[in-house]
Amino acid sequence: MYWNLSHFQATFFFALFTSIVFGVVTKKTDRERLHYGLYVFGCFLAATFGLGWLMYFGHW
Amino acid sequence: MAQEKEAKPAAPPLKLWLGPVALGWLVPGGGHFYLKRWNRGALLLLAVAGMFVFGLMMRGRMFEPSDGDLFNMALNYGGFIGDVASGALYFLTTWLGYSQPDLAGAVPDYGTKFLVCAGLLNILAMIDAYEIAVGKKS
Repeated sequence: MYWNLSHFQATFFFALFTSIVFGVVTKKTDRERLHYGLYVFGCFLAATFGLGWLMYFGHW
Repeated sequence: MAQEKEAKPAAPPLKLWLGPVALGWLVPGGGHFYLKRWNRGALLLLAVAGMFVFGLMMRGRMFEPSDGDLFNMALNYGGFIGDVASGALYFLTTWLGYSQPDLAGAVPDYGTKFLVCAGLLNILAMIDAYEIAVGKKS
């Protein structure tokens, strides 16, 4: 079996798993952990889209 | 003028943290389960095992320690440490015969990174288990 993920899918799942761990180990209360995990996940996705568009416009 | 040296706090006793940290290495989230942090342990298990399984399914390569020039040696030893840090997931996988050659293409390359990062995330989980065990965190 082979999962032929696209670049975006691979990045999405990488961001998801990493954000979960960062959220769990970083903060002190469950509420802070949830917020931080979502924040890190959002940052990952923003960087993905940002760098993606940068490469799109920078590629000529 | 002699300065007073600040007394270093004593290191926490080994028996306090060795069990949770060792268990956390062998089973991702195991240290948290041992310390009765069930929800956090389950999330860590889900994330680390998920990352590892994705790496396997994308046919990532396991690093092996090998000699050579300094860059390759650092790369292979570093990757190997990252792989081994996944604990039982790594040992079970290699014991069952998983041996993936270095395939060309983006997806297997992602897979290799997923496998290493699963171990690195598990190291973060082990550090968290240590801090809980010694009372630095709740």
